[in-house]
Amino acid sequence: MPPVYIDMAETNILDVQQLTKTYQSGSRSLTVLDHVTFSISEGETVAIVGPSGSGKTTLLGLCAGLDTPSEGSVRLHGIDLGPLTEDERAVVRNEEVGFVFQTFQLIPTLTALENVMVPAELRGERGVSGRAKALLEQVGLGDRMHHYPKQLSGGEQQRVALARAFINQPRILFADEPTGNLDDETGATIEGLLFDLNRTAGTTLVVVTHDLSLAEKTGRILRLRGGRVVEDRQVEPTLRAVG
Amino acid sequence: MFDRWSWIMAWRDSRGSRRRLLLFLSSMVLGVAALVAINSFGESLEAAVNEQAKTLLGADLSFESDFPFDDSTEVVIDSLGGLQSRRISFGSMAYFPRTGSTRLASVRANEPGYPYYGAVETNPPEAADTYLQGRNALVDGALMNEFGVVVGDSVQIGSINYRVAGELLKTPRESAAMMLFSPRVYIPLAELDTSLTGFGSRVEYEVYFKFDDNRDVEAMMEVLAPQLRARDVGSDTVGEEQRRWGERVGNLYRFLGLVGFIALLLGGLGVASAVHVYVKQRLETVAVLRCVGATSRRTFWIYLIQSMLMGVTGATIGSMLGMGVQLLLPRVVGDFLPVEVDFAVSWTAVAIGFGVGVGVTLLFSLLPLLSVRRVSPLRAIRSAYEAEQSRDVWRWVLYGALGVALMVFAVFQAPDPTIGIGYMGGVAVVFGMLALVAKGLTVAARRFFPSGWPYVWRQGLANLYRPNNQTLLLMLALGLGTFLIVTLLLVERSLLEQFDVASDGQRPDQIMFDIQPNQVEGVTQILEAQDLPLIDQSPIVTMRIKEIHGQTLAELREDSTYHVNWAHNREYRSSYRSYLTEAETLLDGGFVGTVDPSTEVVPVSIERDLAYNELHVDIGDTLVWDVQGVDMTTVISSIREVDWQRMQTNFFFIFPNGVLEQAPQMHVFMTQTGNDEKMAALQEALVQQFPNVSTVSLSLVLAVFDEIFSRVSFVIRFMALFSILTGLIVLAGAVLVSRFQRIEESVLLKTLGASRKQVLRIMIIEYLFLGVFATITGVVLAYAASWSLAEFVFQTPLVTAPIIFLLALVIVTGLTIIIGLLNSRGIYARPPLEVLRAEV
Ligand SMILES: Nc1ncnc2c1ncn2[C@@H]1O[C@H](COP(=O)(O)OP(=O)(O)OP(=O)(O)O)[C@@H](O)[C@H]1O
Ligand SMILES: [Mg+2]
Repeated sequence: MPPVYIDMAETNILDVQQLTKTYQSGSRSLTVLDHVTFSISEGETVAIVGPSGSGKTTLLGLCAGLDTPSEGSVRLHGIDLGPLTEDERAVVRNEEVGFVFQTFQLIPTLTALENVMVPAELRGERGVSGRAKALLEQVGLGDRMHHYPKQLSGGEQQRVALARAFINQPRILFADEPTGNLDDETGATIEGLLFDLNRTAGTTLVVVTHDLSLAEKTGRILRLRGGRVVEDRQVEPTLRAVG
Repeated sequence: MFDRWSWIMAWRDSRGSRRRLLLFLSSMVLGVAALVAINSFGESLEAAVNEQAKTLLGADLSFESDFPFDDSTEVVIDSLGGLQSRRISFGSMAYFPRTGSTRLASVRANEPGYPYYGAVETNPPEAADTYLQGRNALVDGALMNEFGVVVGDSVQIGSINYRVAGELLKTPRESAAMMLFSPRVYIPLAELDTSLTGFGSRVEYEVYFKFDDNRDVEAMMEVLAPQLRARDVGSDTVGEEQRRWGERVGNLYRFLGLVGFIALLLGGLGVASAVHVYVKQRLETVAVLRCVGATSRRTFWIYLIQSMLMGVTGATIGSMLGMGVQLLLPRVVGDFLPVEVDFAVSWTAVAIGFGVGVGVTLLFSLLPLLSVRRVSPLRAIRSAYEAEQSRDVWRWVLYGALGVALMVFAVFQAPDPTIGIGYMGGVAVVFGMLALVAKGLTVAARRFFPSGWPYVWRQGLANLYRPNNQTLLLMLALGLGTFLIVTLLLVERSLLEQFDVASDGQRPDQIMFDIQPNQVEGVTQILEAQDLPLIDQSPIVTMRIKEIHGQTLAELREDSTYHVNWAHNREYRSSYRSYLTEAETLLDGGFVGTVDPSTEVVPVSIERDLAYNELHVDIGDTLVWDVQGVDMTTVISSIREVDWQRMQTNFFFIFPNGVLEQAPQMHVFMTQTGNDEKMAALQEALVQQFPNVSTVSLSLVLAVFDEIFSRVSFVIRFMALFSILTGLIVLAGAVLVSRFQRIEESVLLKTLGASRKQVLRIMIIEYLFLGVFATITGVVLAYAASWSLAEFVFQTPLVTAPIIFLLALVIVTGLTIIIGLLNSRGIYARPPLEVLRAEV
């Protein structure tokens, strides 16, 4: 088990300090993230926007503990990811984090239902199929539970992915362009579901997107450019077109 | 073991690939089946030999000597007690008065009792016992057939007439084939004409023992044998008989062991290449699992469990198949063996096959599986992400374990540890060479890239070195597969050649003795007139040793420290010629073919066993001969090994041309008649013109040899075929799985507007290069390996068959391309999106 240290006084679910990521390609080094600092408190919804190549995905990967930074630190729910090993971070991810990917990333050999159950079963939980079914019902796939990913459309796959992301009731959900691969209408449905589920579960949401209308629906927008945070603004509640 | 989740995931994740996994596993199934069948067969054979070794000897112990046992030996014999039965054997003319025919026979004069184990089989059966009461004889069936002798006729041995009481069918110690060369006649020892065993004849005195007190004969003889040997008395025990028998079928054992080793390697290869590709397809899944919180260990377990189950399934099916084969074998090989083999399924062999199957599957799949542990979860958000290849100690640990395991297995399957290490080393070298060629191919394709060539050629060639290329994998799988198959084929051919005692079509089936020099012309003419080939003609000059080691035989006989044995006393039938035959190999010294008639000291060639074990002479030693009254001084100039099993006239001593031409001599001719009418015609012509010439038909002997040969060769072919099948499945499997590498790309090309023909051509070009290079490398290495095997393991000349080279090249390359194409057929039949989606 990871040395779980939870600072009770802390209300920040995510705390990023001086985060830097440099890639070494040959003799040249490429700084993708340059001393990025910000924090997100519990329950917030945040959009990360920026031009292509500005380091959004890289940042997301670091925040979720999928990668290790060159410099700086990430604290997830009070846990400093820095000193943890990959396997310890995996456990943290399982406990605290949900994911939604641009390319859905369902496991092709598992049915929709089984895909949703994976994170819960990983914890050794039994009898999770009830919860998984309820989630699938919630995303409108009650009748497609036993279908394999390749039998589902892109939008349906992303809905399964949403259900999977929420099965463990994560504290924080990371989504990398969740609507990027979908048409506008389907994208809107997914957005709606994402925010709905998020609201019911009280999860913190960090979503990377090119879609400004999606960004405007969140409470806060972080803008990246050239590896730096160039804007960090709250979205006025009136502008939030909820619903 | 492992956690519940890993088991569940292992089961679920295998969905959709189970059939494919089983297909890949078929190589392992066949490998295990071959191993189980081979080891079971070997074990049954060994058990039978052990069980029936007593029957092979017919007693617990035997002594033999070329002279009557001396007093001190008689004291030993007396003191041993138990049941005893004596026998005297010698060569003598057997004369059948009714037909007037004469034939040199091996006469065995027996006392009642022997054989104590097993039985002398005769027709009528009771004759085996009754002939001992009175002047009766048992005569070899073949001899009776040849001369039309029937039970009740008489046969004269020496000056005594015996009534033929029965036909001799089967006797201990002598397989039918061995003894057909000189037919046997059994007579009672009590009725022996003792004048036949006088001075100068080659006589063997034997005594057979049977003990009822369970004494340890082997241990006893360890003490006794040296003493007996000092008196020129040889001994034989059940244990020695077992060993001798093991040597006789040694090459069969060795070959089976080799086939088992190769079969398992092929199985492992099939598994490794299948799992390699399987894992590649699973990397995405692994990354997602890591993302949602699975530790690297638990994801690794999923695939470990899968390969374990695969190994167990494959080994189970393989073992059952092996048992099936094992139950079939006895029908085929049962009666060529001189012992009754009770073919039972050997559970040890099944257990070993099962264990080795599971172990090899696990080890071979672990190698590609290790990369599962290193999959970064980042792959889920950035698909092109390639993890930096940090060094993985486990990889080296695994290489080590694999090496050790294969080494142990090789040593286990090989006739001796050195050869086992050799097998292993050979495989390692081949592996290295193939990797080197693969590397060379990618480097060369890039370096000398023909930018001027048409698009499809450039694309096909570029496929050899672009990222994610399959060059190394296919090179290893195709190359190693070809190597193992061709090696097996070449060794098989060489062995078949060796077992086939006279395969060159010119198999002599008639021997003509006693042709006088002035009859040579006439007999040659008869052969020519009847259109029969003169296969072998040897002059024979009889002679005796007069002086050896600088002393005359008479002096040596006086010398109590010197042992004069049959080799000193016998009458030698030597020949002269200027060349060595195929049955002869020069071991030491230089063979002199021709000398000047005035040569004072004539260089001669001696047979090895006679030189080292009987006469105790070496190169440079002088021998003085009495060549029918004329002294001739010779010096040993060369030592030959003689393959006595060759159907050829062989000699202890070969003289050079030039000195014996004028000596009294006779000639032996060999020819091939092919059928009974021609044989009869030849014999009739000879009897009319040269009544003194006797002919002996070898056709019966040949028939027996053919029978043995065809059965042994069946076992060899069958086992080899089994493994070659495994190899082909591995090759097909390797190409089959390789399509997953290229499929996305082909679809993309198609989407971009490439024509079907272009896509296929690109694929053909890639497979053509891979196939040709892998096959050439594999075949060249196979020639080297088979040569070493033939030279060091089987001690038989390698049959180099260039046709195998060509066939392998065409078949393997062709197979590669055809399977590659068949594979990609589906790509074109369906719309691109569906193809991409379907390739899970
Ligand atoms: N493994 C790597 N090695 C070298 N450079 C990398 C690597 N991974 C990412 N980069 C570079 O880092 C930069 C940021 O990439 P990232 O994927 O984070 O951008 P992004 O903001 O997500 O872009 P997009 O909106 O196109 O998804 C890019 O220039 C990319 O080329
Ligand atoms: Mg991105």
